[in-house]
Amino acid sequence: MASFSTTATLDEPQVSRGNEGGAPPIFGGGDDGRAGRGLPNYPTRLRRARLGLLVALTPVLMLFVSFTSAYVMRQGLPTWDTRTNQLVHDWIPVKLPALLWVNTLVLLVSSVGMELARRQTKVRAAAVSTQPAGPAPAGAEGKMPWLTMTIALGLLFLLGQWMAWKRLAASGFYVATTPSSSFVYLLTGAHAVHLMGGVVALLVAGLFVLLRRPVTTRSIVVDVAGWYWHFMAALWVYILCLLEFAR
Amino acid sequence: MVSHDSHAHAAPQGFIRKYIFSLDHKVIGLQYFFLALVAVFAGIFLSLLMRIHLVWPTASLPFFGEIKPETYLSLLTMHGTIMVFFVLTTAPQGGFGNYFLPIQLGAPDMAFPVLNMLSFWTTFLGFLVLVAAFFVTGGAPLHGWTGYAPLSALPSAGPGEGLGADLWIISIAIFCIGALMGALNFITTTLDMRAKGMTLMRMPLTCWAWFVTAILGLLAFGVLLSAGILLLMDRNLGTSFFVPLVTVNGVLTGHKGGSPLLWQHLFWFFGHPEVYIAILPAMGLCSQLLSVFSRKPIFGYRAMVYAILAIGFLGFMVWGHHMFMSGMSPYTAFAFSIMTMGIGVPSAIKTFNWLGTLWGGKIRFSSPMLFAIGFVSLFVVGGISGPFLAQPVLDIYLHETYFVIAHFHLIMGVASIFGIFAATYYWFPKMFGRMMNEPLAKTHFWLTFVGAYAIFMPMHYYGMAGGLRRYSQGTEVGWIHKLAPIQQFITFAAFITIASQFIFVFNLFWSMKKGEKAADNPWEATTLEWTTATPPPHDNFGGITPVVHNGPYEYSVPGAPRDFVMQTDAPVAARH
Ligand code: HEM
Ligand SMILES: [Cu+2]
Repeated sequence: MASFSTTATLDEPQVSRGNEGGAPPIFGGGDDGRAGRGLPNYPTRLRRARLGLLVALTPVLMLFVSFTSAYVMRQGLPTWDTRTNQLVHDWIPVKLPALLWVNTLVLLVSSVGMELARRQTKVRAAAVSTQPAGPAPAGAEGKMPWLTMTIALGLLFLLGQWMAWKRLAASGFYVATTPSSSFVYLLTGAHAVHLMGGVVALLVAGLFVLLRRPVTTRSIVVDVAGWYWHFMAALWVYILCLLEFAR
Repeated sequence: MVSHDSHAHAAPQGFIRKYIFSLDHKVIGLQYFFLALVAVFAGIFLSLLMRIHLVWPTASLPFFGEIKPETYLSLLTMHGTIMVFFVLTTAPQGGFGNYFLPIQLGAPDMAFPVLNMLSFWTTFLGFLVLVAAFFVTGGAPLHGWTGYAPLSALPSAGPGEGLGADLWIISIAIFCIGALMGALNFITTTLDMRAKGMTLMRMPLTCWAWFVTAILGLLAFGVLLSAGILLLMDRNLGTSFFVPLVTVNGVLTGHKGGSPLLWQHLFWFFGHPEVYIAILPAMGLCSQLLSVFSRKPIFGYRAMVYAILAIGFLGFMVWGHHMFMSGMSPYTAFAFSIMTMGIGVPSAIKTFNWLGTLWGGKIRFSSPMLFAIGFVSLFVVGGISGPFLAQPVLDIYLHETYFVIAHFHLIMGVASIFGIFAATYYWFPKMFGRMMNEPLAKTHFWLTFVGAYAIFMPMHYYGMAGGLRRYSQGTEVGWIHKLAPIQQFITFAAFITIASQFIFVFNLFWSMKKGEKAADNPWEATTLEWTTATPPPHDNFGGITPVVHNGPYEYSVPGAPRDFVMQTDAPVAARH
């Protein structure tokens, strides 16, 4: 990999033209593996996109860590009751709608679908990545049943969450009823917003199929969206556990 | 060739794609820089009004008329918020970081140019929303840059706490999102786009500083965002995260059980790292400049890197030192106190290394160097008061006084601004192809340097004597009124210092048009930005991929034909 020459004189700044088409280097090795000055090759782009995603998930995680610490702290706080003139706890545990468990199942299944879609596009991309990038061939190559399924299940999950909110309200728990219900709405809502981001990413991937974008580009979008989707599923399981077991 | 994948984009043609919605990190860097320039003058103007009011309480002022105590609090809030977010966080990182990180690493652009563009425009939107708070009913909020609840959580708590406060929170939230997108790019670019041979330990300290700053931002802004969301809910949805059972003007607010301290914890978990977000880039830059202008390698490169990392790490463990007055357990306070003192260690290491770099160097006192030395001076003087404040016993007295104002203005405000000035004078030739006028620059330096001390040193005494911060007047309190001459002195010093900033602005714009043409490497420095054309071409290196063979600080290498060896020159034996 390190194939630079050491023959330049001190007066002439030495430059070189990259390692044309060389094997992609290990991440972070002080070499970005660019093949010339054009578009970086597929493994490089995939690695970079994944790294970007990993970095992007950090603040999302911090957001929910921070909500959790607020949850724990608020749970332990007493308040002054003006009628009895005593310190009381105003945290009334919320009975979660059973629908949430159904939604969880939907999301987990969607995650499986997502994984299948991710692997499918990756195999296709690997097949073509050795050839120069061009428009994707039509026909079976363009069809992405698993992706469609994931999007559908994702939307179903969001709908389910909306209905769970309705049930919660019907049982008398509004946003401001008690701090615990505030957190239920907050956490489910914040998660839903993030999941919508995932749906948008998948729709973009679908659009790329319709636009016949190169398989490699599509594969990168699906791959990154896939990992994001899995993260959202895991995050949801965490939120549900928090709300159910730390009431 | 597909053009949607971003960093291989071709040079754009039209005006809009080239200068407005540009994907080029250099243009985006300049956009950030000019946004910060506008913001800093807005912030300065507000501070000027405050200083005038403190000394002539009855004077009627432009735009605001007669200053009521509430108006004073709005000025103070907007001054602090604009300065901390849109100047100190924007210029050193978003501005110079964007422009020079990719070039110094030998990359053609940031990893995700579209995201980079979005991050600027998001920040810009945040600024507009913030300024809009002045123009809505009730005016700008009163709660200070730290936004303490319950004041910030109750729209009925005062004029400005209505729509104005909502806009303030939304602006901060927008800013967080922009900053996070920026941090994402900085980190990915640093980890994945370095040129061949640019190992982590060959990165200039500027890059290290931008990188660690980005990590701090990545961890801190999400937490501020969460706090902002909770605050908005308290204000608009009737929840009680931060608001306890309180009355406003004798009327119960309907909230109960919330904790103002929860806000303080979340805010300062962000807030302390934020002060390092403001100063780390300046530290990196000054390390760079002291080496360049002393013609010596930086003293203890590795120690500098580890000190940056240590500061970043410890920065997340000390937020409680802003809350000693909150009634926290003395044991907790003790722990925070010890950790805070601990941050003094890497800070001292950096200071010693800066002095070690200067020691025995062939110093060239050019204007960037003056500002770098000024930075060291301010960092030491401003930092010394830190360990005083870090002791709960002392802080209980000093907390609400001008002593704290003196501390953080010297170390965070003026020191970072000196970093920005140093960066401007240093990189101007690369950015605009011309030199800035040196006599004007030196005049600007001396007036600003002496002026900053004249403004902020007396504040220590004013604070120790009991002068309280956030008060619009001291005229009716006898013992504070006795200190009025100090306040007058400060205000006059502020007049002169602010006026001398116009020298800088004049120099900046005049030199863009009329300055002497700059060579490609006018300072005889070693890092990659000086290997390329001036100003750098669209892909930074004109179709060439730089290959790095040396560390960034190879000055006065024995036996070398010149007193500096560029990073792309043939390898010399590493000496550290
Ligand atoms: C040796 C290092 C430092 C120590 C021990 C230290 C200690 C402290 C302490 C204890 C306080 C709380 C004072 C109070 O509110 O009562 C404080 C406030 C502050 N410090 Fe530092 N500090 C150090 C360095 C820095 C640096 C490097 C910066 C910025 C670049 C900074 C910026 C601030 C700011 C902005 C505040 C006030 C925030 C506010 O209340 O509005 N400090 N410092
Ligand atoms: Cu602090």
